[in-house]
Amino acid sequence: MTGWIVLPIVLPAAVAAFLLLALSRDLQRQRIVSATASLLLLAIAVHLQALASDGVTRPYFVGAWPAPFGITLVLDGLSATLVLLNAALAAAVVIYAAGGWDARGRHFHPMFHFLMMGVNGAFLTGDVFNLFVFFEVMLIASYGLMLHGGGAPRLRAGFHYVAINLTGSTLFLFAVSLIYAVTGTLNMADLAVKIPAVRPEDAALLRTGGLLLIVVFAIKAALAPLHWWLPNAYAAAPGPSAAVFMIMTKIGAYAILRVSTLIFGPEAGAVAGLAAPWILPAALLTLGIGAAGVLAGRRLVDIACFAALWSMGSLLVAVGLLDGPGISAALYYTVHSTLAGAALFLLADLVAERRGRWRDRLAMAPPIAQALPLSAMFFVAAIAVAGLPPLSGFLGKVLILDAARASAWGVWVWAVLLGTSLVVILGFSRAGSALFWKTRPAEAGAAGAAEARAGLRLGVVGVLLGATLLLSVFAGPLTRGFDAVAAQVLAPSGYVAAVLGGAPAAPGMRR
Amino acid sequence: MEYLVASAIGLTTAVGVYLVLRPHSFPVVIGMALLSYAVNLFIFAMGRLVVHQPPVLQPEATGYADPLPQALVLTAIVISFGMTALFVVLAMRGYLESGSDRVDGRGRRTPPAVEETR
Repeated sequence: MTGWIVLPIVLPAAVAAFLLLALSRDLQRQRIVSATASLLLLAIAVHLQALASDGVTRPYFVGAWPAPFGITLVLDGLSATLVLLNAALAAAVVIYAAGGWDARGRHFHPMFHFLMMGVNGAFLTGDVFNLFVFFEVMLIASYGLMLHGGGAPRLRAGFHYVAINLTGSTLFLFAVSLIYAVTGTLNMADLAVKIPAVRPEDAALLRTGGLLLIVVFAIKAALAPLHWWLPNAYAAAPGPSAAVFMIMTKIGAYAILRVSTLIFGPEAGAVAGLAAPWILPAALLTLGIGAAGVLAGRRLVDIACFAALWSMGSLLVAVGLLDGPGISAALYYTVHSTLAGAALFLLADLVAERRGRWRDRLAMAPPIAQALPLSAMFFVAAIAVAGLPPLSGFLGKVLILDAARASAWGVWVWAVLLGTSLVVILGFSRAGSALFWKTRPAEAGAAGAAEARAGLRLGVVGVLLGATLLLSVFAGPLTRGFDAVAAQVLAPSGYVAAVLGGAPAAPGMRR
Repeated sequence: MEYLVASAIGLTTAVGVYLVLRPHSFPVVIGMALLSYAVNLFIFAMGRLVVHQPPVLQPEATGYADPLPQALVLTAIVISFGMTALFVVLAMRGYLESGSDRVDGRGRRTPPAVEETR
């Protein structure tokens, strides 16, 4: 039954509304409902993953309106994997936030679930305009989460974050309406059918629209040179918000991958391979900027931001290859970098609250409470993020390098990815020794006492890091699964047939 | 009519872009609003400029006005309206908490005297 496909959107929407209307003053109950709902979402996502693992693309027609006219949701291997990743990250972050962050402002949990609604919707939608709508749902919620807790620095960074995203949304609308003007449709499957038949005199308009669309997705994915918003925004955001934002940059990469394979794929005539010449060089530039930022960062959270940027560079290198091994490596790296990056942001938050007025600056400070588990976790997280063996970052990098061998850019990819990896390792070793080793005697009555519920939050970070360990242990079966997903993504005819051709008769939305 | 609509959209966009690049929060807010007006008109125009035609296909009709861009515009208006409201609140809170409405990273503190005269 395909009615399950709509649940990852409807459930968070209902939970968010319920939290806002019924429980807005009762934080304890909010936490219980919110955590339960997140675990429920995880269960639904696991079920959808099991459903999608047979390689069939399943459409869901909202209100049983047939495909090019109604709202279409599509579950295939790619969207199922990313919904599952989002649900897993969400469950971890909600439990972490319930350890104290959600009490520093109002409405953390409702906004969190609205964010889930937007993210899941963006992954599942089969329509470019609904992609815009779900982007907006996600962004509105993310503004709230980013500003959670308030304070002048956060407001200042928040203004910039909102401004860049509003500009991005405007560009998105320009792109969408240009594409509509030429093709008369916005359904992705229908676009895949209609674009090869576009008249040559309209091709320039279509190219403009398509490239504008890629620019918008590149802003979301923090692809250089459109990445400058990310370090400031994520560094100013509360720790749990920054951790869950790790999935939002991935949506940009997902959207680039989806439109480059489905709409602007090799069959697209005048606009075939529209974005391909731009993504790889820009991704290499992103790698360089990210690594330089990791080395230059003066706070742990800056380093986590630039490491996130660097990982987006690696991911987009793999996406930019646009072939089977590249997409498979990109998927593996997506899962790895989301979980490891989130763990790093949460660790930066834990470290900052233990160091009193030094926060997470790389300066000499008194030794912190619970230094042993925290430093061990930082060690593991740094190894995972920088991509040293034996953790998943290393395997992801090897997959990307292996996929890049066939590409014309292969030499550049090898040189830049390996060179910047070294720089990132240096940056992390500097951060680790400054934070955990170079200490000075504690002042009398100094701050830095651990809060009571830190055990739970340490556990959450431990689970996220454990997940990267599992990723490397089960790398074999996982990459085989991702290979199948990549083959499915590269054969858009199956997607088109499922959405347009195989549309079941009216109220039968189930197969 | 095409030239009029096209130049109006172009001019609004140009003014919007200029204002968004200003260093104070109020012009940025106005610029964003102008950009969203421009894009709304643009979506509308992308459904072709048609007058005195029904929005649905009828057997006796000679033409029709595309209803889909109108629906898209409605969605875009609702979203941009909400966003503008949020943006205004954010600009106000930022000004009240930091004492400065500069958004280009310079002049983070206004002298107290200037602040009091406002």
